[in-house]
Amino acid sequence: MDRAEIATVSDASAVERTLAGERDAYRVLVERHSRNIYRLAYRMTGNRQDAEEVVQEAFLRGYQKLKQFAGNANFGTWVYRIAANYAIDLLRQRKSDDSRRATTAPLKTDDGPQTDLLDRVTDPAPSPERLAGSAELSLRMAQALSTLTPAERTAIVMRHWDGCAIEEIAAVLKSNGNATKNTVFRAVAKLRKALEPFAEARGAARAMGTE
Amino acid sequence: MMTHRTEEELIAYRDGERNDREQIAAHLHECTECRAELTRIEAVFAALQTMPVPDPGEDYERRVWQQLAGRLPEKPSHLWKELFVPRRLIAVGAVAAAIALPFFAGRITTRHEPASPSLDAGKLRERVLVVAVGEHLGRSEMVLMELENAQPAQHGQKSVDMSAAQRRAEDLLEENRLYRQTALRQGDQGMASTLDELERVLLDIANSPETVTPTQFESLRKRIEDRGILFKVRVVSQDLQQRNKQAKPEPAQNESAPPNRSKT
Repeated sequence: MDRAEIATVSDASAVERTLAGERDAYRVLVERHSRNIYRLAYRMTGNRQDAEEVVQEAFLRGYQKLKQFAGNANFGTWVYRIAANYAIDLLRQRKSDDSRRATTAPLKTDDGPQTDLLDRVTDPAPSPERLAGSAELSLRMAQALSTLTPAERTAIVMRHWDGCAIEEIAAVLKSNGNATKNTVFRAVAKLRKALEPFAEARGAARAMGTE
Repeated sequence: MMTHRTEEELIAYRDGERNDREQIAAHLHECTECRAELTRIEAVFAALQTMPVPDPGEDYERRVWQQLAGRLPEKPSHLWKELFVPRRLIAVGAVAAAIALPFFAGRITTRHEPASPSLDAGKLRERVLVVAVGEHLGRSEMVLMELENAQPAQHGQKSVDMSAAQRRAEDLLEENRLYRQTALRQGDQGMASTLDELERVLLDIANSPETVTPTQFESLRKRIEDRGILFKVRVVSQDLQQRNKQAKPEPAQNESAPPNRSKT
Protein backbone atom coordinates (compact mmCIF):
# COMPACT_ATOMS: atom_id res chain seq x y z
CA MET A 1 0.00 0.00 0.00
CA ASP A 2 1.58 3.30 -1.06
CA ARG A 3 1.38 6.79 0.52
CA ALA A 4 -1.30 8.01 -1.88
CA GLU A 5 -3.53 5.05 -1.10
CA ILE A 6 -3.02 5.43 2.63
CA ALA A 7 -4.18 9.05 2.38
CA THR A 8 -7.35 8.25 0.46
CA VAL A 9 -8.67 5.12 2.20
CA SER A 10 -11.27 5.91 4.88
CA ASP A 11 -11.07 4.45 8.37
CA ALA A 12 -14.26 2.46 7.79
CA SER A 13 -12.92 0.99 4.58
CA ALA A 14 -9.56 0.17 6.18
CA VAL A 15 -11.35 -1.63 9.03
CA GLU A 16 -13.47 -3.58 6.56
CA ARG A 17 -10.48 -4.58 4.46
CA THR A 18 -8.47 -5.61 7.51
CA LEU A 19 -11.34 -7.76 8.72
CA ALA A 20 -11.53 -9.34 5.27
CA GLY A 21 -7.97 -10.56 5.79
CA GLU A 22 -5.96 -7.77 4.17
CA ARG A 23 -3.51 -7.14 6.97
CA ASP A 24 -1.78 -4.32 5.14
CA ALA A 25 -4.99 -2.24 5.26
CA TYR A 26 -4.46 -1.86 9.02
CA ARG A 27 -1.48 0.30 8.17
CA VAL A 28 -3.89 3.09 7.18
CA LEU A 29 -5.31 3.14 10.70
CA VAL A 30 -1.92 2.90 12.39
CA GLU A 31 -0.36 5.68 10.36
CA ARG A 32 -3.39 7.95 10.71
CA HIS A 33 -3.85 7.68 14.46
CA SER A 34 -0.48 6.77 15.98
CA ARG A 35 0.71 10.34 16.58
CA ASN A 36 -2.40 11.24 18.53
CA ILE A 37 -2.11 8.07 20.59
CA TYR A 38 1.56 8.84 21.22
CA ARG A 39 0.66 12.27 22.65
CA LEU A 40 -1.89 10.72 25.01
CA ALA A 41 0.57 8.00 26.00
CA TYR A 42 3.41 10.44 26.64
CA ARG A 43 1.25 12.66 28.82
CA MET A 44 0.05 9.65 30.77
CA THR A 45 3.38 7.90 31.23
CA GLY A 46 5.75 10.90 31.20
CA ASN A 47 8.45 9.19 29.18
CA ARG A 48 9.03 8.28 25.60
CA GLN A 49 9.88 4.62 26.01
CA ASP A 50 6.65 3.80 27.85
CA ALA A 51 4.69 6.01 25.45
CA GLU A 52 5.98 4.03 22.48
CA GLU A 53 5.13 0.78 24.23
CA VAL A 54 1.58 2.03 24.81
CA VAL A 55 1.23 2.93 21.13
CA GLN A 56 2.42 -0.50 20.00
CA GLU A 57 0.19 -2.37 22.43
CA ALA A 58 -2.85 -0.21 21.68
CA PHE A 59 -2.65 -0.94 17.97
CA LEU A 60 -1.86 -4.61 18.54
CA ARG A 61 -4.89 -4.98 20.80
CA GLY A 62 -6.95 -2.94 18.36
CA TYR A 63 -6.07 -5.40 15.62
CA GLN A 64 -6.89 -8.39 17.78
CA LYS A 65 -10.23 -6.93 18.84
CA LEU A 66 -11.16 -5.36 15.53
CA LYS A 67 -14.18 -7.63 15.13
CA GLN A 68 -15.60 -6.17 18.33
CA PHE A 69 -15.20 -2.66 16.96
CA ALA A 70 -16.92 -3.44 13.67
CA GLY A 71 -17.64 0.16 12.77
CA ASN A 72 -19.79 1.01 15.79
CA ALA A 73 -17.81 4.15 16.62
CA ASN A 74 -14.98 6.30 15.45
CA PHE A 75 -11.84 4.15 15.15
CA GLY A 76 -9.63 6.96 16.51
CA THR A 77 -11.77 7.25 19.65
CA TRP A 78 -11.87 3.50 20.04
CA VAL A 79 -8.12 2.96 19.82
CA TYR A 80 -7.59 6.01 22.06
CA ARG A 81 -9.63 4.26 24.76
CA ILE A 82 -7.64 1.06 24.33
CA ALA A 83 -4.43 3.08 24.71
CA ALA A 84 -5.72 4.85 27.82
CA ASN A 85 -6.67 1.49 29.34
CA TYR A 86 -3.26 0.05 28.62
CA ALA A 87 -1.48 3.16 29.89
CA ILE A 88 -3.36 3.18 33.19
CA ASP A 89 -2.50 -0.50 33.68
CA LEU A 90 1.12 0.31 32.93
CA LEU A 91 1.10 3.19 35.43
CA ARG A 92 -0.42 0.96 38.11
CA GLN A 93 2.17 -1.70 37.42
CA ARG A 94 4.99 0.82 37.63
CA LYS A 95 3.61 2.24 40.87
CA SER A 96 3.25 -1.17 42.47
CA ASP A 97 6.69 -2.26 41.22
CA ASP A 98 8.40 0.63 42.90
CA SER A 99 6.03 2.88 44.77
CA ARG A 100 8.71 4.55 46.84
CA ARG A 101 10.80 5.53 43.86
CA ALA A 102 7.75 6.78 42.00
CA THR A 103 7.38 9.67 44.42
CA THR A 104 10.96 10.41 45.45
CA ALA A 105 13.32 9.51 42.63
CA PRO A 106 14.11 11.92 39.82
CA LEU A 107 11.70 11.86 36.96
CA LYS A 108 12.30 9.44 34.16
CA THR A 109 12.84 11.81 31.29
CA ASP A 110 14.37 11.52 27.90
CA ASP A 111 18.10 11.72 27.77
CA GLY A 112 19.79 15.01 27.22
CA PRO A 113 19.82 18.45 28.72
CA GLN A 114 16.57 17.89 30.61
CA THR A 115 18.44 15.83 33.21
CA ASP A 116 20.56 18.84 34.06
CA LEU A 117 17.51 21.02 34.23
CA LEU A 118 15.94 18.61 36.66
CA ASP A 119 18.94 18.98 38.96
CA ARG A 120 18.43 22.70 38.89
CA VAL A 121 14.76 22.29 39.74
CA THR A 122 15.65 20.43 42.93
CA ASP A 123 17.81 23.36 43.98
CA PRO A 124 16.30 24.42 47.34
CA ALA A 125 16.44 28.12 46.51
CA PRO A 126 15.78 28.68 42.83
CA SER A 127 15.68 32.31 41.76
CA PRO A 128 12.37 33.86 40.66
CA GLU A 129 13.76 34.40 37.17
CA ARG A 130 14.54 30.70 36.82
CA LEU A 131 11.19 29.66 38.18
CA ALA A 132 9.52 31.81 35.59
CA GLY A 133 11.25 29.95 32.79
CA SER A 134 8.92 27.68 30.85
CA ALA A 135 11.39 24.75 30.75
CA GLU A 136 11.63 24.83 34.52
CA LEU A 137 7.87 25.02 34.88
CA SER A 138 7.46 22.07 32.52
CA LEU A 139 9.77 20.00 34.65
CA ARG A 140 7.97 20.98 37.83
CA MET A 141 4.78 19.96 36.14
CA ALA A 142 6.17 16.64 35.05
CA GLN A 143 7.26 16.06 38.62
CA ALA A 144 3.84 17.07 39.94
CA LEU A 145 2.11 14.77 37.45
CA SER A 146 4.25 11.86 38.59
CA THR A 147 2.88 12.21 42.12
CA LEU A 148 -0.71 11.69 40.96
CA THR A 149 -2.30 8.28 41.24
CA PRO A 150 -2.75 6.45 37.92
CA ALA A 151 -6.48 7.23 37.97
CA GLU A 152 -5.90 10.93 38.70
CA ARG A 153 -3.30 11.22 35.99
CA THR A 154 -5.53 9.46 33.47
CA ALA A 155 -8.44 11.71 34.42
CA ILE A 156 -6.48 14.95 34.11
CA VAL A 157 -4.86 13.99 30.82
CA MET A 158 -8.12 12.85 29.24
CA ARG A 159 -10.10 15.77 30.58
CA HIS A 160 -7.80 18.73 30.23
CA TRP A 161 -5.62 17.88 27.29
CA ASP A 162 -7.98 15.89 25.19
CA GLY A 163 -11.36 17.28 26.32
CA CYS A 164 -12.92 13.87 26.92
CA ALA A 165 -16.40 13.65 28.45
CA ILE A 166 -16.68 12.50 32.07
CA GLU A 167 -18.46 9.34 30.86
CA GLU A 168 -15.54 8.42 28.61
CA ILE A 169 -13.08 8.88 31.45
CA ALA A 170 -15.36 6.91 33.78
CA ALA A 171 -15.34 4.03 31.28
CA VAL A 172 -11.53 3.90 31.33
CA LEU A 173 -11.38 4.23 35.12
CA LYS A 174 -14.18 1.66 35.45
CA SER A 175 -15.95 4.08 37.70
CA ASN A 176 -19.13 6.18 37.75
CA GLY A 177 -19.65 9.81 36.77
CA ASN A 178 -19.58 11.34 40.24
CA ALA A 179 -16.54 9.41 41.38
CA THR A 180 -14.78 10.41 38.15
CA LYS A 181 -15.59 14.09 38.72
CA ASN A 182 -14.05 13.75 42.17
CA THR A 183 -10.96 12.14 40.67
CA VAL A 184 -10.60 15.04 38.24
CA PHE A 185 -10.99 17.50 41.10
CA ARG A 186 -8.40 15.73 43.26
CA ALA A 187 -5.94 15.74 40.38
CA VAL A 188 -6.44 19.45 39.73
CA ALA A 189 -6.14 20.29 43.43
CA LYS A 190 -2.88 18.33 43.74
CA LEU A 191 -1.40 19.89 40.64
CA ARG A 192 -2.47 23.29 41.80
CA LYS A 193 -0.71 22.84 45.10
CA ALA A 194 2.46 21.74 43.36
CA LEU A 195 2.40 24.20 40.51
CA GLU A 196 0.81 27.35 41.80
CA PRO A 197 3.96 29.07 43.09
CA PHE A 198 5.65 28.55 39.75
CA ALA A 199 2.61 29.35 37.66
CA GLU A 200 2.20 32.58 39.61
CA ALA A 201 5.90 33.42 39.30
CA ARG A 202 5.56 32.95 35.58
CA GLY A 203 2.44 35.11 35.48
CA ALA A 204 4.27 37.81 37.45
CA ALA A 205 7.25 37.61 35.13
CA ARG A 206 4.92 38.02 32.15
CA ALA A 207 3.23 40.98 33.81
CA MET A 208 6.64 42.55 34.43
CA GLY A 209 7.65 41.94 30.85
CA THR A 210 10.66 39.83 31.79
CA GLU A 211 9.46 36.76 29.89
CA MET B 1 -21.42 38.38 54.99
CA MET B 2 -20.65 36.93 51.58
CA THR B 3 -20.15 33.14 51.36
CA HIS B 4 -17.27 32.26 49.07
CA ARG B 5 -17.36 29.46 46.56
CA THR B 6 -15.23 26.40 47.29
CA GLU B 7 -12.24 25.39 45.21
CA GLU B 8 -14.17 22.32 44.03
CA GLU B 9 -17.09 24.46 42.86
CA LEU B 10 -14.81 26.84 41.00
CA ILE B 11 -12.90 24.03 39.30
CA ALA B 12 -16.18 22.37 38.28
CA TYR B 13 -17.50 25.74 37.09
CA ARG B 14 -14.42 26.24 34.93
CA ASP B 15 -14.85 22.72 33.67
CA GLY B 16 -18.48 23.37 32.64
CA GLU B 17 -19.67 20.74 35.09
CA ARG B 18 -21.99 22.87 37.26
CA ASN B 19 -25.74 23.20 36.86
CA ASP B 20 -25.75 26.47 38.82
CA ARG B 21 -23.44 28.29 36.41
CA GLU B 22 -25.48 31.48 36.39
CA GLN B 23 -25.39 31.84 40.17
CA ILE B 24 -21.66 31.21 40.26
CA ALA B 25 -21.11 33.70 37.43
CA ALA B 26 -23.14 36.29 39.34
CA HIS B 27 -21.12 35.61 42.47
CA LEU B 28 -17.85 35.95 40.61
CA HIS B 29 -19.03 39.28 39.24
CA GLU B 30 -19.41 40.60 42.77
CA CYS B 31 -16.64 38.76 44.68
CA THR B 32 -13.08 39.87 43.94
CA GLU B 33 -11.67 37.14 46.18
CA CYS B 34 -13.37 34.30 44.27
CA ARG B 35 -12.42 35.95 40.98
CA ALA B 36 -8.80 35.96 42.09
CA GLU B 37 -9.13 32.34 43.17
CA LEU B 38 -10.49 31.40 39.74
CA THR B 39 -7.63 33.30 38.09
CA ARG B 40 -5.14 31.24 40.12
CA ILE B 41 -6.87 28.04 39.07
CA GLU B 42 -6.75 29.20 35.43
CA ALA B 43 -3.01 29.82 35.79
CA VAL B 44 -2.49 26.17 36.72
CA PHE B 45 -4.44 25.00 33.68
CA ALA B 46 -2.48 27.39 31.49
CA ALA B 47 0.73 25.92 32.91
CA LEU B 48 -0.52 22.41 32.13
CA GLN B 49 -0.98 23.36 28.51
CA THR B 50 2.69 24.25 28.21
CA MET B 51 3.89 20.72 29.00
CA PRO B 52 5.83 19.68 25.92
CA VAL B 53 5.49 16.31 24.25
CA PRO B 54 8.77 15.43 22.51
CA ASP B 55 8.38 15.14 18.77
CA PRO B 56 8.73 11.44 17.92
CA GLY B 57 10.14 12.30 14.49
CA GLU B 58 8.83 12.85 10.99
CA ASP B 59 8.63 9.17 10.10
CA TYR B 60 7.11 8.11 13.41
CA GLU B 61 3.89 6.69 11.93
CA ARG B 62 5.83 4.53 9.51
CA ARG B 63 8.12 3.27 12.25
CA VAL B 64 5.14 2.29 14.38
CA TRP B 65 3.76 0.27 11.49
CA GLN B 66 7.06 -1.42 10.77
CA GLN B 67 7.47 -2.52 14.36
CA LEU B 68 3.87 -3.62 14.56
CA ALA B 69 3.51 -5.42 11.23
CA GLY B 70 5.71 -8.34 12.29
CA ARG B 71 3.62 -8.86 15.43
CA LEU B 72 0.25 -8.99 13.72
CA PRO B 73 -1.13 -12.46 13.27
CA GLU B 74 -2.97 -13.37 10.09
CA LYS B 75 -6.65 -12.66 10.48
CA PRO B 76 -8.83 -15.70 10.79
CA SER B 77 -11.03 -15.08 7.78
CA HIS B 78 -12.91 -17.02 5.16
CA LEU B 79 -10.60 -18.95 2.91
CA TRP B 80 -12.29 -17.75 -0.26
CA LYS B 81 -11.68 -14.14 0.74
CA GLU B 82 -8.02 -14.90 1.31
CA LEU B 83 -7.76 -16.51 -2.07
CA PHE B 84 -9.36 -13.64 -3.92
CA VAL B 85 -6.82 -11.03 -2.88
CA PRO B 86 -5.61 -10.11 -6.40
CA ARG B 87 -1.86 -10.51 -5.91
CA ARG B 88 -2.34 -14.05 -4.71
CA LEU B 89 -4.50 -15.09 -7.62
CA ILE B 90 -1.67 -16.05 -9.96
CA ALA B 91 0.10 -18.18 -7.39
CA VAL B 92 -3.12 -19.76 -6.17
CA GLY B 93 -4.15 -20.44 -9.75
CA ALA B 94 -0.89 -22.17 -10.52
CA VAL B 95 -1.08 -24.33 -7.40
CA ALA B 96 -4.73 -25.15 -8.05
CA ALA B 97 -3.92 -26.06 -11.62
CA ALA B 98 -1.07 -28.27 -10.47
CA ILE B 99 -3.54 -30.19 -8.35
CA ALA B 100 -6.58 -30.18 -10.64
CA LEU B 101 -5.09 -30.69 -14.08
CA PRO B 102 -3.49 -34.05 -13.39
CA PHE B 103 -6.78 -35.21 -11.92
CA PHE B 104 -8.66 -34.40 -15.13
CA ALA B 105 -5.78 -35.64 -17.19
CA GLY B 106 -5.95 -38.91 -15.28
CA ARG B 107 -9.65 -39.21 -16.01
CA ILE B 108 -9.09 -38.53 -19.67
CA THR B 109 -6.24 -40.99 -19.96
CA THR B 110 -8.31 -43.77 -18.41
CA ARG B 111 -10.97 -43.25 -21.03
CA HIS B 112 -8.69 -43.09 -24.02
CA GLU B 113 -6.30 -45.95 -23.93
CA PRO B 114 -3.47 -46.00 -24.63
CA ALA B 115 -2.53 -42.89 -22.67
CA SER B 116 -1.39 -39.91 -24.69
CA PRO B 117 2.06 -38.69 -23.60
CA SER B 118 0.80 -35.08 -23.71
CA LEU B 119 -1.75 -35.79 -20.98
CA ASP B 120 0.50 -37.61 -18.53
CA ALA B 121 -0.65 -36.52 -15.06
CA GLY B 122 2.78 -36.29 -13.46
CA LYS B 123 4.22 -34.26 -16.28
CA LEU B 124 1.33 -31.84 -16.32
CA ARG B 125 1.56 -31.30 -12.59
CA GLU B 126 5.25 -30.66 -12.82
CA ARG B 127 4.98 -28.41 -15.83
CA VAL B 128 2.36 -26.10 -14.36
CA LEU B 129 4.43 -25.64 -11.22
CA VAL B 130 7.69 -25.41 -13.09
CA VAL B 131 6.42 -22.57 -15.26
CA ALA B 132 4.82 -20.67 -12.35
CA VAL B 133 7.77 -21.08 -9.99
CA GLY B 134 10.17 -20.24 -12.82
CA GLU B 135 8.39 -16.92 -13.33
CA HIS B 136 8.34 -16.29 -9.60
CA LEU B 137 12.07 -16.92 -9.34
CA GLY B 138 12.65 -14.64 -12.32
CA ARG B 139 10.84 -11.78 -10.58
CA SER B 140 12.72 -12.45 -7.34
CA GLU B 141 15.99 -12.48 -9.21
CA MET B 142 15.21 -9.03 -10.63
CA VAL B 143 14.67 -7.57 -7.15
CA LEU B 144 17.85 -9.15 -5.82
CA MET B 145 19.89 -8.02 -8.81
CA GLU B 146 18.67 -4.45 -8.51
CA LEU B 147 19.71 -4.42 -4.86
CA GLU B 148 23.03 -6.01 -5.59
CA ASN B 149 23.83 -3.55 -8.38
CA ALA B 150 22.79 -0.41 -6.52
CA GLN B 151 25.74 1.58 -5.20
CA PRO B 152 24.31 4.49 -3.23
CA ALA B 153 27.54 5.28 -1.37
CA GLN B 154 29.47 5.72 -4.62
CA HIS B 155 26.81 8.09 -5.93
CA GLY B 156 27.03 10.24 -2.82
CA GLN B 157 23.44 9.46 -1.73
CA LYS B 158 22.61 10.23 1.88
CA SER B 159 19.66 7.88 2.00
CA VAL B 160 18.25 5.03 -0.04
CA ASP B 161 14.54 4.71 -0.70
CA MET B 162 13.64 1.08 -0.14
CA SER B 163 9.88 1.47 -0.53
CA ALA B 164 9.61 0.05 -4.06
CA ALA B 165 11.82 -2.96 -3.28
CA GLN B 166 9.86 -3.48 -0.08
CA ARG B 167 6.50 -3.60 -1.83
CA ARG B 168 7.80 -6.02 -4.44
CA ALA B 169 9.34 -8.20 -1.74
CA GLU B 170 6.04 -8.22 0.15
CA ASP B 171 4.17 -9.34 -2.96
CA LEU B 172 6.76 -12.01 -3.73
CA LEU B 173 6.57 -13.29 -0.16
CA GLU B 174 2.91 -14.20 -0.58
CA GLU B 175 3.62 -16.23 -3.71
CA ASN B 176 6.76 -17.70 -2.24
CA ARG B 177 4.94 -19.17 0.75
CA LEU B 178 2.41 -20.89 -1.49
CA TYR B 179 5.04 -22.35 -3.79
CA ARG B 180 7.22 -23.49 -0.89
CA GLN B 181 4.30 -25.28 0.74
CA THR B 182 3.35 -26.91 -2.54
CA ALA B 183 6.92 -27.99 -3.20
CA LEU B 184 7.05 -29.53 0.29
CA ARG B 185 3.78 -31.35 -0.24
CA GLN B 186 5.08 -32.73 -3.51
CA GLY B 187 8.28 -33.90 -1.87
CA ASP B 188 10.50 -31.55 -3.86
CA GLN B 189 12.92 -30.87 -1.00
CA GLY B 190 15.50 -29.07 -3.13
CA MET B 191 13.06 -26.50 -4.42
CA ALA B 192 11.41 -26.12 -1.00
CA SER B 193 14.79 -25.46 0.57
CA THR B 194 15.72 -22.76 -1.96
CA LEU B 195 12.30 -21.17 -1.62
CA ASP B 196 12.73 -21.23 2.15
CA GLU B 197 16.02 -19.37 1.88
CA LEU B 198 14.52 -16.94 -0.59
CA GLU B 199 11.68 -16.30 1.84
CA ARG B 200 14.13 -15.27 4.56
CA VAL B 201 15.83 -12.82 2.23
CA LEU B 202 12.51 -11.40 1.01
CA LEU B 203 11.43 -11.00 4.63
CA ASP B 204 14.64 -9.15 5.37
CA ILE B 205 13.94 -6.73 2.52
CA ALA B 206 10.25 -6.35 3.35
CA ASN B 207 11.00 -5.59 7.00
CA SER B 208 13.80 -3.11 6.40
CA PRO B 209 13.05 0.60 7.01
CA GLU B 210 11.50 2.46 4.09
CA THR B 211 14.52 4.75 3.96
CA VAL B 212 17.97 3.53 4.92
CA THR B 213 21.42 5.06 5.08
CA PRO B 214 24.02 3.79 2.58
CA THR B 215 25.66 1.91 5.48
CA GLN B 216 22.42 0.16 6.38
CA PHE B 217 21.86 -0.59 2.71
CA GLU B 218 25.34 -2.04 2.41
CA SER B 219 24.71 -4.22 5.44
CA LEU B 220 21.47 -5.56 3.91
CA ARG B 221 23.22 -6.20 0.62
CA LYS B 222 26.00 -8.03 2.42
CA ARG B 223 23.49 -10.25 4.21
CA ILE B 224 21.89 -11.13 0.89
CA GLU B 225 25.26 -11.75 -0.70
CA ASP B 226 26.44 -13.93 2.19
CA ARG B 227 23.48 -16.20 1.75
CA GLY B 228 24.42 -16.68 -1.91
CA ILE B 229 20.73 -16.57 -2.69
CA LEU B 230 21.05 -14.99 -6.11
CA PHE B 231 23.30 -17.83 -7.24
CA LYS B 232 20.96 -20.47 -5.78
CA VAL B 233 17.95 -18.85 -7.43
CA ARG B 234 19.75 -18.88 -10.78
CA VAL B 235 20.71 -22.53 -10.40
CA VAL B 236 17.14 -23.53 -9.58
CA SER B 237 15.82 -21.36 -12.43
CA GLN B 238 18.11 -23.13 -14.90
CA ASP B 239 17.09 -26.48 -13.49
CA LEU B 240 13.45 -25.53 -13.90
CA GLN B 241 14.02 -24.48 -17.49
CA GLN B 242 15.59 -27.85 -18.12
CA ARG B 243 12.70 -29.64 -16.46
CA ASN B 244 10.26 -27.54 -18.44
CA LYS B 245 11.88 -28.66 -21.67
CA GLN B 246 11.80 -32.29 -20.59
CA ALA B 247 8.19 -32.05 -19.45
CA LYS B 248 7.04 -30.56 -22.76
CA PRO B 249 4.90 -33.03 -24.65
CA GLU B 250 6.37 -34.73 -27.62
CA PRO B 251 5.12 -33.48 -31.00
CA ALA B 252 1.70 -34.84 -31.82
CA GLN B 253 1.70 -37.87 -34.06
CA ASN B 254 -1.56 -36.88 -35.57
CA GLU B 255 -0.85 -34.14 -38.12
CA SER B 256 -4.40 -32.83 -37.92
CA ALA B 257 -3.96 -31.85 -34.28
CA PRO B 258 -3.55 -28.12 -33.63
CA PRO B 259 0.14 -27.32 -33.32
CA ASN B 260 -0.17 -25.22 -30.17
CA ARG B 261 -2.59 -27.42 -28.29
CA SER B 262 -0.28 -28.11 -25.39
CA LYS B 263 0.75 -24.48 -24.88
CA THR B 264 0.20 -23.27 -21.35
